[in-house]
Amino acid sequence: MSAWTLAYAVLLYVAFVVLVGGVVYRVAIYAMTPAPLRIPTMPAPRTKRGVALRMGREVALFASLFRGDKWAWIWSYLFHASLLLVLLQHLRYVFVPVPAWVVYESPFGSYAAFVLLISLAGLLGRRLMIARVRFVSAPSDYLMLVLLLLIATTGAWMRFAAPVDIVGFKAFMQGVMALDLKPLPASPVIMIHVASVGALMLVFPFSKLLHAPGVFFSPTRNQADTSRLEAQAEGSVAAADAQQRDPGTAAPALREGVR
Amino acid sequence: MSDIEVPVLQDYVPTPELHVGAMAGLKPFKASPEHQAALGFPGTLVDDWKDVAIRRLGELVEGSRALRVYLDSCVKCGACTDKCHYFLGTADPRNMPVARQDLLRKVYRRYYTWAGRLFPWLVGATDLTEQVLDDWYSYYHQCSQCRRCSVYCPFGIDTAEVSMAAREILDSVGVGQKYCNEILGKVHKIGNNLGLPEPALRNTLEGLEEDVKEATGVDIRFPVDVVGAEVLLITPSADFFAEPHIDGLIGYAKVFHQAGISWTVSSQASEAANFAMFIGSREQMQKVAQRVRDAAIALKVKRIVIGECGHAWRVAYAFWSTLIGPLDFLDPRYPRPQHICELTEGLIARGALKLDPSANDDKVVTFHDSCNVARATRMGDRPGGQFTVPRSVIRSVCAHFVDMDPATIGDRTFCCGGGGGLLTDDLMELRVKGALPRLQALNTVVQDKKVTHMAAICAICKTQFSKVLPYYGLPREMVVSVHQLVGDAIVLGAKE
Repeated sequence: MSAWTLAYAVLLYVAFVVLVGGVVYRVAIYAMTPAPLRIPTMPAPRTKRGVALRMGREVALFASLFRGDKWAWIWSYLFHASLLLVLLQHLRYVFVPVPAWVVYESPFGSYAAFVLLISLAGLLGRRLMIARVRFVSAPSDYLMLVLLLLIATTGAWMRFAAPVDIVGFKAFMQGVMALDLKPLPASPVIMIHVASVGALMLVFPFSKLLHAPGVFFSPTRNQADTSRLEAQAEGSVAAADAQQRDPGTAAPALREGVR
Repeated sequence: MSDIEVPVLQDYVPTPELHVGAMAGLKPFKASPEHQAALGFPGTLVDDWKDVAIRRLGELVEGSRALRVYLDSCVKCGACTDKCHYFLGTADPRNMPVARQDLLRKVYRRYYTWAGRLFPWLVGATDLTEQVLDDWYSYYHQCSQCRRCSVYCPFGIDTAEVSMAAREILDSVGVGQKYCNEILGKVHKIGNNLGLPEPALRNTLEGLEEDVKEATGVDIRFPVDVVGAEVLLITPSADFFAEPHIDGLIGYAKVFHQAGISWTVSSQASEAANFAMFIGSREQMQKVAQRVRDAAIALKVKRIVIGECGHAWRVAYAFWSTLIGPLDFLDPRYPRPQHICELTEGLIARGALKLDPSANDDKVVTFHDSCNVARATRMGDRPGGQFTVPRSVIRSVCAHFVDMDPATIGDRTFCCGGGGGLLTDDLMELRVKGALPRLQALNTVVQDKKVTHMAAICAICKTQFSKVLPYYGLPREMVVSVHQLVGDAIVLGAKE
């Protein structure tokens, strides 16, 4: 077993532990931090089900971003959707045998790589070209996109331009998961691809990538509009009844419309 | 008036070219040691301010999920960057919501995250320096906490939460803002923002009774401290004397009178405003809110009704249950608390008020959605009632009503430019420039739809507009209370 194989196996183990442990730790902190005041952005749903729908719209459709900035929405929506398809396609390195739905998804996941590349270019382009966005960008904001571009480029390169030993790579991945290391194919492109994915996993819990779990804990979006003691239903029924029986003598308070 | 470069109203509000540092020099007056002491804050900048500020920041993050999640989650997508009225009006990029947040976020990252401790240059983290503290004081007092940016943020990041936290940190190191802190001192000492003592309040309201009697021939009461009244009215103290607010107060009184609802104001809680929200102090906010609960219990009222005041309605609607709740000693047949517009709308719906909309036939009215009402509260029992209820009231008393550009009303409404504790003359340049987006939309309906008046339900909005409209060549008398329109249209003495 080569030093490379060992190094990459260690990288993946460490990256996995940091990613999962880091995000779990962060989420636990979010969950334990009190949110004493009710601050939902109104109009807000009044029920838990309504909140779930609102959150669903945010996570699945980026509803607020759509209202805010159409170009940002287009690039980021394409980016996240194509990334999802590509990730699903990669499940073939995880499962043996490969589940049928992963096989069917595979062509979508493959060609999504081009959408991924285009959308990353779009995101980088607007970060560079719009003065307002450039003003608020730190080096890490650009590096994050460069890292993702590196991952997507090497991935698409291996898939479409210069096929590599993916059977060997799958054996390596299976070995890593079974704690029984198999050699990593000696391909520089695979090595760059995996190393940059490892880097992304490592920075995830320490960076703005925390927006992924963060959105679920955002009080302006996940709180229901329930802070007021509303008029009680039986009260309004009683009030309406009272007035129906004798509209003339209903107290002024009842006349004005008990809700 | 002349030394402020007033923006020109166009057909639309252009997104400005960045003018870095344009507003860096604008700072509100600092609170004096006496004002600070009254609220339990250090009087002047403490010697170990850096440690105190960093420690306070940590405590605030520990105590607020919103702050913690928002400081972590921003991806710098830029969706908020052209949404703030102060950025649109001043072109200073630090008035872009994300840049405003970053003033605090970069310090948080430096002291409380691994990335910022190890690679500050990489992630835009910086040490807390005097320059940073100075920027905080400038730019966190150029945020009206209107939350328009949070509507468009994919993660709902609420700049108001960040700006409240920053002001709390500034107070904790001894750098308070005079306007807010002096006013809070008056509330604690005298009972209202204006420092209007009980005899003066009684005197004012008696004078008002005489004025209304003279104008209408009807005995309309403005009661103070009446034990056993049905309703305790909690209204901004500006309603007691300022123009055009006072005509709104007369409107409430006519509504109560015609509906036969006994009501009272409280000398102990003669103020709806709660400026503690603006400075981010939960402790102060609780203290100010507690006066209302105490007054309601002492006066044995059945209901609490809030007058036309935007942030007061937010505190009452959204925060009272946490701060002083539950209000279960009040009559459960009504919302606790209830907004005056809800009360009036209900009365109109039941035909309990006789109205003559022709009294307002000389007006074409539009409605300004106040930020706190629009984005932090509700009226009625359906989401969005905060938009429909006041409009429904206006339409009932006024035949000519038109809305402004849909992108500037409802939950997308623009702040008046004076909210969040910025309604002070030392920030006049900011107030004038920040009013630009709202006044552009107003001017468009003035030109195209012959609008003559803009109704509002917030004391700050009314004062701000009265002050800044003339800068743009619009008459200050355009601004009216919703309940002024109601009061003018009510046919008195026509009870069933």
